[in-house]
Amino acid sequence: MSESILHMDNIEKHFGNVIALNGVSFDVKPGECHCLLGDNGAGKSTFIKTMSGVYRPSQGQIYMGGKPVQFGSPRDAMAAGIACVYQDLAMIPLMSVARNFFMGREPTKGKFLWKRFDTEHADEITMTEMKKMGINLRSADQAVGTLSGGERQTVAIARAVYFGAKVLILDEPTSALGVRQTSNVLATIDKVRDQGVGVVFISHNVRHALAVGDRFTVLNRGQTLGTAARGEITSDELQDLMAGGQELAQLEGSLGGTI
Amino acid sequence: MSLENDSTVDERLKEESRVARLMKRPELGAVAGALLVAIFFMFTADGSMFTLSGIMNILSPAAQLGILAIAAALLMIGGEFDLSIGSMVAFAGLVFGFCVVNFDLPLIIAIPITLVFCAGVGAVNGQIVLRTGLPSFIVTLAFLFILRGLSLVGLKAATGGSTQLRGVRDAVAGDPLAPFFSGDAFQGFFQWAASMGWIDTFRSGLPKVPGIPVEIIWFLVLAGVATYVLLKTPAGNWIFAAGGDKTAASNSGVPVRKVKIALFMLTASCAALLAITQVLDAGSTDARRGFMKEFEAIIAAVIGGCLLTGGYGSAIGAFFGSIIFGMVVIGLTYTNIDQDWFQVFLGSMLLLAVIFNNAIRKRVTGER
Ligand SMILES: Nc1ncnc2c1ncn2[C@@H]1O[C@H](COP(=O)(O)OP(=O)(O)O)[C@@H](O)[C@H]1O
Ligand SMILES: [Mg+2]
Repeated sequence: MSESILHMDNIEKHFGNVIALNGVSFDVKPGECHCLLGDNGAGKSTFIKTMSGVYRPSQGQIYMGGKPVQFGSPRDAMAAGIACVYQDLAMIPLMSVARNFFMGREPTKGKFLWKRFDTEHADEITMTEMKKMGINLRSADQAVGTLSGGERQTVAIARAVYFGAKVLILDEPTSALGVRQTSNVLATIDKVRDQGVGVVFISHNVRHALAVGDRFTVLNRGQTLGTAARGEITSDELQDLMAGGQELAQLEGSLGGTI
Repeated sequence: MSLENDSTVDERLKEESRVARLMKRPELGAVAGALLVAIFFMFTADGSMFTLSGIMNILSPAAQLGILAIAAALLMIGGEFDLSIGSMVAFAGLVFGFCVVNFDLPLIIAIPITLVFCAGVGAVNGQIVLRTGLPSFIVTLAFLFILRGLSLVGLKAATGGSTQLRGVRDAVAGDPLAPFFSGDAFQGFFQWAASMGWIDTFRSGLPKVPGIPVEIIWFLVLAGVATYVLLKTPAGNWIFAAGGDKTAASNSGVPVRKVKIALFMLTASCAALLAITQVLDAGSTDARRGFMKEFEAIIAAVIGGCLLTGGYGSAIGAFFGSIIFGMVVIGLTYTNIDQDWFQVFLGSMLLLAVIFNNAIRKRVTGER
């Protein structure tokens, strides 16, 4: 049993008198994919924003490698190795894959006035990193806009991993994708996990979560309903937890078990 | 669900040819346009248009516009507009004229004062845009009027009622910096070339073209530096990123605000540089200087492939856009065509360029 890299202990987050998170605990180990499931409004986004330094928790403590930490900004969290791939991906369609890959962190060569963007190096790394994730680019100066949604997702993930993410948070990466692209992204998650990165995979799709997840935590109305390991829980049980038990049983009755 | 990723060999991807890649460059339209315009005048204009002196005649107005257009292009790629650059030329002319005539300052002091002052106004433009979140179009439209008005008021105050400030030539006579900002460069070389019989001369033996007007040199240098910065430095990547999507850029660590402020300062400084060369060449400054130049500069940048929405374009494109402009302005005088067709041409060119750019953008991003 390996130590967890990131441990969130009893996190609470209040927005005025709205209690978005009410004592949520969660941890990630290197090389695992921990799925965070929950219906819309359950508090998933609030939770990962707390994890990645966007919000400070109102109560509770974050530990990295066993030591208590506080993130003042996403930059702090990034420096500590927590990378978040948001739904909008932070990619610019008109720019090439390589320029996007290194946006804000351009490699340079030369000195003083001749310090310049090492575009050959950037192109080369982009091609190899994308190849590692199973995507063969035509060329590194292909515009990101020409990639499919799944491929863009993969560029964002590859970029985070290349720049040293120890914990990679993916906010609903598959929610807008078709079947084939979803399977590509899930394959990418699998590859990232094999490199020893701890993946936090947010989803409200139980099937996607079960396809790659090692552990599953369900959020409901700002609270956890417990964490289960792969094999300990069925799809139906997860679905049930997400909907808060009761209501789904009723729904299922009236819909004839189609959910 | 299979976890194997089967996109390792994708038969749908074809190798891209060199030509296909060139076809996607933003400056393609401007280069093609320049060629077409040149061909048009080869058939319609007097042959003297394409002699050495004719070419200098074309390049001189092209350079004067280009100094503004290249800066405007960088700013547009960075996602902003500056409609105040034309008025800024008049305003900079006033500041500069005031420094050399009224205060008798040498160029080594007057030029930096003018540049710093104008860059400061550019920074104010930028700060207002960034702080209010208003479109730069509106903020700089306000400055178009404010600076034009200030130039008028200031000139009257400086001259005691006139809107023209004279006496610059006398004031800078003999200044060692003057040759870098006015007159012709490489005169020695041209005299030598004339003595070797390589270029046309007057009967006296003096070359018909005494040298290269300095604004052309500035234009070439600026185009080269801007292209280098855009394509080969981290700052260039930040400019594309800031204009492409400022939230995505700043989430990725690009200092978007700094980039935009710097670009506003650059456009203002380029307007000041143009004003300095024009005032030194004319020996005076007046309140109409730079009138409507903001639109011509933006048109040249758009012809050069800049998208109005930012994030895409090139400095080389703006360079060729300015050359097209120079060829048409001067070329018409070598033909029998009424010169007032110029404005019709300018408007049509803009429309064509915007339509063309949209198509290019769709190809680049694979949008359907
Ligand atoms: N900035 C905020 N201010 C006030 N309430 C918020 C804010 N962010 C989220 N909430 C509330 O917290 C709850 C959880 O939201 P969120 O974390 O976005 O859920 P999820 O991502 O699981 O759909 C919601 O009821 C939402 O209205
Ligand atoms: Mg959400």
